[in-house]
Amino acid sequence: MAVNVVGAARSSVRATGDRVFQLLLASMAAGIPLIMGLMLVALVAAARPAIERFGVGFLSGSTWDPVAGEFGVLPFIYGTLVSSALALLISVPLGIGTAVFLSELAPGWLRSPVRFLVELLAAIPSVVYGLWGIFVLVPWVRTVLTPALKGTLGFLPLFTGPPLGIGMLTAGLILSVMVVPFIVAVSTEVMRAVPRSQREAALALGATTWETTRKAVIPYARSGIVGAIFLALARALGETMAVTMVIGNVPQIKASLLAPAYTVSAVIANEFAEATQDLYVAALVYAGLALFLVTVIVNILARVLVFRVARGPGLIRE
Amino acid sequence: MSFVSFLCTVAVLAPLFLILAFLARTGLGALNWDFFTKIPGAAGEAGGGMANAIAGTVVLIGLAGLLGVPLGVLGGLYMAEYPNARLTTLARFTADVMNGVPSIVMGLFAYVLVVLPLRHFSALSGGVALGVMLVPTVMRTTEEIVRLVPQSFREASLALGIPQWKTILRVVVPTAAAGIVTGIMVGMARIAGETAPLLFTAFGNRFWNWNIMQPIAALPLQIFSYAISPFDDWHRQAWAGALVLVAIVLLVNIAARAAAARQVKLR
Repeated sequence: MAVNVVGAARSSVRATGDRVFQLLLASMAAGIPLIMGLMLVALVAAARPAIERFGVGFLSGSTWDPVAGEFGVLPFIYGTLVSSALALLISVPLGIGTAVFLSELAPGWLRSPVRFLVELLAAIPSVVYGLWGIFVLVPWVRTVLTPALKGTLGFLPLFTGPPLGIGMLTAGLILSVMVVPFIVAVSTEVMRAVPRSQREAALALGATTWETTRKAVIPYARSGIVGAIFLALARALGETMAVTMVIGNVPQIKASLLAPAYTVSAVIANEFAEATQDLYVAALVYAGLALFLVTVIVNILARVLVFRVARGPGLIRE
Repeated sequence: MSFVSFLCTVAVLAPLFLILAFLARTGLGALNWDFFTKIPGAAGEAGGGMANAIAGTVVLIGLAGLLGVPLGVLGGLYMAEYPNARLTTLARFTADVMNGVPSIVMGLFAYVLVVLPLRHFSALSGGVALGVMLVPTVMRTTEEIVRLVPQSFREASLALGIPQWKTILRVVVPTAAAGIVTGIMVGMARIAGETAPLLFTAFGNRFWNWNIMQPIAALPLQIFSYAISPFDDWHRQAWAGALVLVAIVLLVNIAARAAAARQVKLR
């Protein structure tokens, strides 16, 4: 009896210790959702003067005049969307092609080094891409790519104007290099998650490797691949330094991809530290809030899509 | 078609080699002793280095670690040890989403949270911006690593009558320690190169500063301002800075990979 009482007391002490420890860990894990919530509240609070003054019209206004206190971000949104679309146009086919190679074709000994190199591409800091963009890519676009495009497709309004080197096209090019690792990594992962039986069934029917990939693997992994593209899109929308350094930073909406443009993140990067009036600061935070909401939504979609094919942690690796 | 897919792979990897080759060629020539020991010279004047920026980056990473490491490691432990809790699902989801939030937005957040109330730019606010970015990375890698610890280890300890909290601290954490540290290093290497969140928090500084309430220099900030400057010597130093930054990132990643490979072998 006495032993039982002591035992019960000891186990209740033990249970208390476990509970306290669990609470400590839980409070840390709760930190992440709390920070996200705090982020939303802080941004809304700081953007409030601009939200009250301009409302939703902020997003469709095309005058950006800090001196007159007039703020509309349409040219920036245009620059963000077009440069991101260009980046995806280039990186999606290349990224999926690479994922097919890594998942279906590459011999085992080649897989992990190639995946590692792709990961390194994602690890290079944005400012280094920007530096390379300024001194290597911009001159190349100016002297090689632009004349070539004008010579062949110059009749299109997309390729008109002087060969500056900086501009929308260059931004799209550098963005494509920066987001392609995300497409490759996640697409490879979801393709590897396709059950072996799917491939074996196709091969048993006499399909070639390519037919198996196209008819069995890719359809099965489709939503995950779309998720990978969304993930890359979110990256492209929010990428700041490299784009700021090569896009030219002129808030205008031009049909030509050779013309300079400006993006939402670039205007925040360039002007925030110098913004003095309260309304100016609030307008820039408002632009940042819009960027935050859009990237959060795109990321949520990406995660849901990827998880439909492959569950588990470690899919979205840096 | 196989050949096309191989060509895609070559095209994806080509920029990596182009960048690394160019970086090595221009950066190595620009690196010298002054770069590591001197602070920037006057505008347009040749000479000077980035010693204060390198120190600033170390300070900023330290500050970020103070915020990001405890939150990340303990939060990640929770997610791994209580995988079925509702909080785990929520935290994992938010961590993945937060990983994709643009770094410039993190800068705005730190600005509103720290710079506005204090009324001036500071190393502290830069540390907060980077720390917030560190949390999801550390949390997710810790979770992954801790989940690799065999269940039998926990069961053996619990069967000896050791309480769960002690089992986690004395059995699970030491087993996973190397992996957790590796995850922290990779996360820190990643934030070391971040520029956008520091533009209006740490702000940059042309001189030495050890006061965390004052603006501080950072390597990526210095690279950025030198890259867009009109001076050849500054361009040269920007390349040297980029080489140092990339070398750190590459070394940490390679070391992490070697450590991970060893861990897999041990299992």
